[in-house]
Amino acid sequence: MKFTLNVWRQNGPQDKGRMETYQVDQVSDDMSFLEMIDVLNEQLIGQGVDPVVFDHDCREGICGMCSMFINGEAHGPGRGVTTCQLHMREFKDGDEITIEPFRAKAFPVIKDLMVDRSAFDRIIQAGGYVSVNTSGNLPDANATPIEKPDADAAFDAATCIGCGACVATCKNASAMLFTSAKVSQFALLPQGQVEAKDRVLHMVNQMDLEGFGNCTNTGACEVECPKGISIENIARMNREFLSASITSK
Amino acid sequence: MSTLDAHIPEGPIAEKWTKHKAKIPLVSPANKRQIDVIVVGTGLAGSSAAASLAELGYNVKAFCFQDSPRRAHSIAAQGGINAAKNYQNDGDSTFRLFYDTIKGGDYRSREANVHRLAEVSASIIDQCVAQGVPFARDYGGQLDNRSFGGVQVSRTFYAKGQTGQQLLLGAYSALSRQVAKGRVQMFARHEMVELVVVDGKARGIIARDLVTGELERHSAHAVLLCTGGYGNVFYLSTNAMGSNVTAAWKAHRKGAFMANPCFTQIHPTCIPVSGHFQSKLTLMSESLRNDGRIWVPKKKEDAEAIRAGKLQAVQLAEEDRDYYLERRYPAFGNLVPRDVASRAAKERCDAGFGVNKTGEAVYLDFASAIERYGKEAAHVQGLHHPSAEKVRELGEAIVESKYGNLFQMYEKITAQDPYKTPMMIYPAVHYTMGGIWVDYNLMTTVPGLFALGEANFSDHGANRLGASALMQGLADGYFVAPYTVGTYLADDIRTGKISTELPEFVDAETAARQRMEGFLNNAGNTPVEVFHRELGKIMWDQCGMARNKEGLEKAIQDIRSLRERFYKEVKVPGKMHEMNPELDKAGRVADFLELGELMCLDALSREESCGGHFREEYQSEEGEAVRRDDEFAYVAAWEFADQDPGKAKLHKEQLVFENVKLITRSYK
Ligand SMILES: Cc1cc2nc3c(=O)[nH]c(=O)nc-3n(C[C@H](O)[C@H](O)[C@H](O)COP(=O)(O)OP(=O)(O)OC[C@H]3O[C@@H](n4cnc5c(N)ncnc54)[C@H](O)[C@@H]3O)c2cc1C
Ligand code: SF4
Ligand code: FES
Repeated sequence: MKFTLNVWRQNGPQDKGRMETYQVDQVSDDMSFLEMIDVLNEQLIGQGVDPVVFDHDCREGICGMCSMFINGEAHGPGRGVTTCQLHMREFKDGDEITIEPFRAKAFPVIKDLMVDRSAFDRIIQAGGYVSVNTSGNLPDANATPIEKPDADAAFDAATCIGCGACVATCKNASAMLFTSAKVSQFALLPQGQVEAKDRVLHMVNQMDLEGFGNCTNTGACEVECPKGISIENIARMNREFLSASITSK
Repeated sequence: MSTLDAHIPEGPIAEKWTKHKAKIPLVSPANKRQIDVIVVGTGLAGSSAAASLAELGYNVKAFCFQDSPRRAHSIAAQGGINAAKNYQNDGDSTFRLFYDTIKGGDYRSREANVHRLAEVSASIIDQCVAQGVPFARDYGGQLDNRSFGGVQVSRTFYAKGQTGQQLLLGAYSALSRQVAKGRVQMFARHEMVELVVVDGKARGIIARDLVTGELERHSAHAVLLCTGGYGNVFYLSTNAMGSNVTAAWKAHRKGAFMANPCFTQIHPTCIPVSGHFQSKLTLMSESLRNDGRIWVPKKKEDAEAIRAGKLQAVQLAEEDRDYYLERRYPAFGNLVPRDVASRAAKERCDAGFGVNKTGEAVYLDFASAIERYGKEAAHVQGLHHPSAEKVRELGEAIVESKYGNLFQMYEKITAQDPYKTPMMIYPAVHYTMGGIWVDYNLMTTVPGLFALGEANFSDHGANRLGASALMQGLADGYFVAPYTVGTYLADDIRTGKISTELPEFVDAETAARQRMEGFLNNAGNTPVEVFHRELGKIMWDQCGMARNKEGLEKAIQDIRSLRERFYKEVKVPGKMHEMNPELDKAGRVADFLELGELMCLDALSREESCGGHFREEYQSEEGEAVRRDDEFAYVAAWEFADQDPGKAKLHKEQLVFENVKLITRSYK
């Protein structure tokens, strides 16, 4: 297969950036999208052009590192996949493909397709944990039974990989889906109750400080989320936030 | 210089750890604040260690090369984590977990370390649940368990197919809490490129800020390497693209011995290789062997017809299928340990029974499980004569609830539906049991340098049992290192800050800079990737699932000449002081090119077959591994010498078995 690629090139945060067009051939349909970029990069190195910089690591849809905006969609066409799980069989021979970074004010571009998502880490640092120290003397793991539906729902929320597709997709660049997934995980578990109020207040506050936009309930994030994180989590976080704001002094 | 004393405490095995802990000198909180600790790596081992040490009051600096600690490759672990909780009341105990691990490791691990691992395993689960890790639960709200290869109890805790993710996010949350408190300073997108040794002690590292390209000096009173495994020396593996040996190798070059480097785990159930530009392989969790049955056609003609696309797996009648694991190992069947399952798959494919285009794949079939679960579910729902479709539908729903994400992952990669047609799988490099040699305290042969998690060699002998790496990573980080590192640091309370102006820091930084400039100024024409691919092929062919003297000797020569060509012909674009992933990769591949040779040397010198190390010269008539305990019941610890990986000196740590008898492993 052959493709025409329009790739965003930007030398650093200060650079204005521009689109460059490249041709790749030698692509087979069972290659992953990132393997196709590998082919492009080997080709560019051969031509003395700097290879395209992009984030990736696990290449199996779990680390959350890959982050390309492909033909106007975060992680490209296809539902429930990350960029690294996208395969070239999803495209037609000869297609033109446009590749951009995940764009948001809170995700500054580092280089080419690589962005800085450390804002997500800081949201977690603001309260995305249970305050328990390491100790060999904690209560037995089965001491508090947890109803299966709650445990399952907490798990579902906890499967967020922190990729940022929700932010890149949202026209307001809101981080509500990401933040609410973590808030929900703890809200659904007994272990999360003690700090529930502070958690939601601090995490939402941090989200605002980082420059993420407001949520206007378009639901676009849920559609593009590779892990199927549900916007019900946003509703749950809003309830948690409201009750925490009312009862906190 | 370095000596090989494992510092195993005296006393009966079940009391060693308790007694050892009781003797550990305490460091007052005020003194802890004077002490800096560097933790390289934020996977399960690193995150848990960094968080726990910070909770105790030490100043911690943590490093990872990804953009966030949450992305360490522990995130990709699927199947589960073992613990001797005996919740299923199926006869599990600390001793049984200990015994299974020693036996599974084919009697090449250290009894005292493994027993401690089994002892602390239960606390890990308590710790994780308290952190809010959402493990799978049954309808009574209790934690659920599954079974893994090489054992006959159900002691594996899991969170669907994302156990590693959930455990890592738990440890990451503990780490984040300490970052927020200012107790841990986090350096993401930083790569350790040198170890700094001052007066024989590990006192810091040189790290490259991967965004700006600057080299930074960081000092500390102790350095913990939690940098994961080196499976990527094979180029294709289930590891992440960035997984590397650089941190461990730089430590090796500065005096840390590498132990049993040739002990590699080839995992039996991975998605087969499909093409030249393939960049990595994907694991299909071992948990699938709970319910999947492995087979190939009985007749060669059928296998040929399948390869040619003229016959479908589902068309083959029961009696024409060879469930070779069930046939050869009736007691453990599809749940034999990984090394045994991998070799058996290779044996069938080499004999011409492989089922994909390349002839290197076997089936993993869920049809029986779907039917069994479907019937059970129909019964529970009171359906007495359910139709075949109904049974299928119910069965598929149950299989979905257990392995849904794995099935989905498989379908995304292969575009085949594993509910309807059996999966195709083949062994792939997955884990490295070998690693930096550590004593009972997890300290390496360089005082003050510790190694945790997959980076050390400690607990899995010649073969790791499934779901035991996560256990070991968290055991090391939460429950072992905080005590043993503390013991070491007790002598350092009066040392004061370590200056980064010391000549040792300057020299280490210069060495790193010169190496990188060497790459950038090289007049070559070949991308790094090409050399990595070639190395991988040599390793897979000669130091993979089966090894022999001739092949290993040839591999050593081939690697040496490849290394020479690499330095002459490699081309690294870009500049030093900028983000430059090709430069990072060049450094990593340079180290793999040295490690590969040492692995072959190790495999050559170990003239026996044990666990994942199968020397063709040492096998029984039925093709089973022949271990030679009288001569090889030792840990091979290699000391770097003469600036040449091929000249490494062998030190032997004799293994003493007082609590389990050395017998031939049998899963028949
Ligand atoms: C696909 C897959 C599935 C698995 N499934 C299971 C399972 O079900 N059960 C089980 O028990 N085990 C499983 N394993 C094995 C297990 O996941 C690993 O052995 C374990 O997670 C390793 O943890 P770690 O903390 O030692 O290293 P890792 O999680 O690999 O972390 C390494 C860390 O070191 C950092 N690092 C590395 N080099 C450098 C450097 N030079 N400079 C700075 N930082 C560096 C990285 O950034 C990272 O933070 C699986 C492994 C794979 C690959
Ligand atoms: S909610 Fe979905 S899209 Fe957003 S960060 Fe998490 S996994 Fe990515
Ligand atoms: S590279 Fe890890 S999710 Fe894509």
